[in-house]
Amino acid sequence: MSLELVCPAGNLPALKMAIDHGADCVYMGFRDNTNARAFPGLNFDFAAAQEGVRYAHAKSRKVLLALNTFPQTATWLRWQQAVDQAAEMGVDAIILADPGLMRYASRTYPGMRLHLSVQGSATNYEAINYYHEHFGIQRAVLPRVLSLAQVEQVVKNTPVEIELFGFGGLCVMVEGRCVLSSYATGESPNTAGVCSPAKAVRWEQTPKGLESRLNNVLLDRYGAEEKAGYPTLCKGRFEVSDETYYAIEEPTSLNTLELLPEMLNMGIAAVKIEGRQRSPAYVEQVTKVWRAAIDTVKRDAENYAVHPAWTAQLDKMAEGQQHTLGAYHRPWK
Amino acid sequence: MIMKLSLGPILYYWTRETLLDFYDQVASWPVDIVYLGETVCSRRHTFRTDNWLHVAEMLAAAGKEVVLSTQALIESESDLKTLRRLCGNGKFSVEANDMGAVRLLSGSPFVAGPHINTYNPYTLEILAEAGATRWVIPVEMSRQMLADLLEQDTHGMESEIFAYGRLPLAFSARCFTARRYNLPKDDCQFRCLEAPYGLTLKTREGQPFLALNGTQTQSASVYNLLAELESMPGLVNVLRISPQPQHTGDVAALFHAALNGAATPAQAARELAPLLPEAACNGYWHGRPGLEQVVMP
Repeated sequence: MSLELVCPAGNLPALKMAIDHGADCVYMGFRDNTNARAFPGLNFDFAAAQEGVRYAHAKSRKVLLALNTFPQTATWLRWQQAVDQAAEMGVDAIILADPGLMRYASRTYPGMRLHLSVQGSATNYEAINYYHEHFGIQRAVLPRVLSLAQVEQVVKNTPVEIELFGFGGLCVMVEGRCVLSSYATGESPNTAGVCSPAKAVRWEQTPKGLESRLNNVLLDRYGAEEKAGYPTLCKGRFEVSDETYYAIEEPTSLNTLELLPEMLNMGIAAVKIEGRQRSPAYVEQVTKVWRAAIDTVKRDAENYAVHPAWTAQLDKMAEGQQHTLGAYHRPWK
Repeated sequence: MIMKLSLGPILYYWTRETLLDFYDQVASWPVDIVYLGETVCSRRHTFRTDNWLHVAEMLAAAGKEVVLSTQALIESESDLKTLRRLCGNGKFSVEANDMGAVRLLSGSPFVAGPHINTYNPYTLEILAEAGATRWVIPVEMSRQMLADLLEQDTHGMESEIFAYGRLPLAFSARCFTARRYNLPKDDCQFRCLEAPYGLTLKTREGQPFLALNGTQTQSASVYNLLAELESMPGLVNVLRISPQPQHTGDVAALFHAALNGAATPAQAARELAPLLPEAACNGYWHGRPGLEQVVMP
């Protein structure tokens, strides 16, 4: 299997949209901090997750369950039980970041397929092979930091399948290695499954403009003509040596449609669409475009070209209405 | 209080002369352990592996325990080459800062560095089995989380805590220092040399918030646990001081005074306060947002 399309499912309607419009796999999480999109009102309880698995399996598609935060000692059992529940409902793989949890899963359920989450921060084949040798990891999702040439080096030197992010909100930091959010709010993706949590966000209209604050830290201020985005900590405007700008990253989406032929050639196993926190309509539109693109490149990679309508459709869905090739393209760095 | 003092790897890019001068002084400072090496950016080259090994020999001869730290974000084949050389150096202990390093070091004693995510006793056990004899707790770990973890730990590994310095909070492939000057990373003109303590990033109302250090993002505030020492016995074995361009020797001396009873932690902390280059913070240790400064009653 190459270039599997892996789509986000934040709830059952989104899961069905993804399956109905061409996802090979969907990924989802439980309604707690065992996954890195632990947002209020999002995700699946056990019954909904079971229903999702039934729906996908009836159409011969796969369900991946993200258990990709780092369990703490006091709450370890919650993560262990989540692995047990995943086994019980028959998901096709679980996506893990914590070595302790990988050992539990691989010893308790030797037949279960394990994927290394992007939160595992494995950016080189020595790290990926470590997880393969010790826990039988069969696929690794790479952090969005490598150039395509570097990705190819990884693929050539590991028996583990490689999954890449193709589209969606762009983490500029190495996932699993960023605690900016807990520095400001006390909660980070690693431990709490959230970045820049909504409960710490405050919007305020002031004489200087609309201000967004995260636990009282001013992240940005918008003029009347400017469109305000969700105040993710790293996407605010800050001042560094007397210049005010997007010091870390603009609000933008990753979009790698044009890289599909190269991804196919180097043997990338799967392409991941970000956005479990987005609407079923987003999932529908993005899945349709990526299904069409992957089918096209697989039919005839040499003559593949990005269809302008695809890009137009995706840009409507993109954060900040603009897109980038991110780290796959060297100048981004 | 029986805790050792360590000097962490220099997280910034300093000139060769500055580095040589700095480590000449370190030989006489009251630190037990010195971590050496470039952990942030492979483009930094005022010191190469041979230079680090040379300083390692000098400090070992001065009685320090020397540990070579590996780069946290390994991207290229050339990064791996350097990593293999450090891991196979045959003489000095190595601090692993990613799981690739753990793989290469497995089977011999090593230090599991602060950039390995160790949040529970099961992961700590895996590192112990691989050969780790000491681990550095994640910067965001609170005293309570550490106590919970160690209560279930059976391996008795040494625990080390980042106790002083701007906190390393995030890594990226992107260089934020080059971005500030509109330079591509591959032609960064080594502007990090002009920011020996990182570039302070302020909010639009002038609040110092973060610090840009090449591909690493740090806290603007200085994490300082000197006043917290009495809450550490039984949990922490080693206190890490992160080098800064100024006063690092004084900082080490004040921590040392508090550890050997020459001063109370509160007295030492009062003496340290005027030496801090930015506001202090200690929130993480108290289970609070990292940027907060919690004042105990």
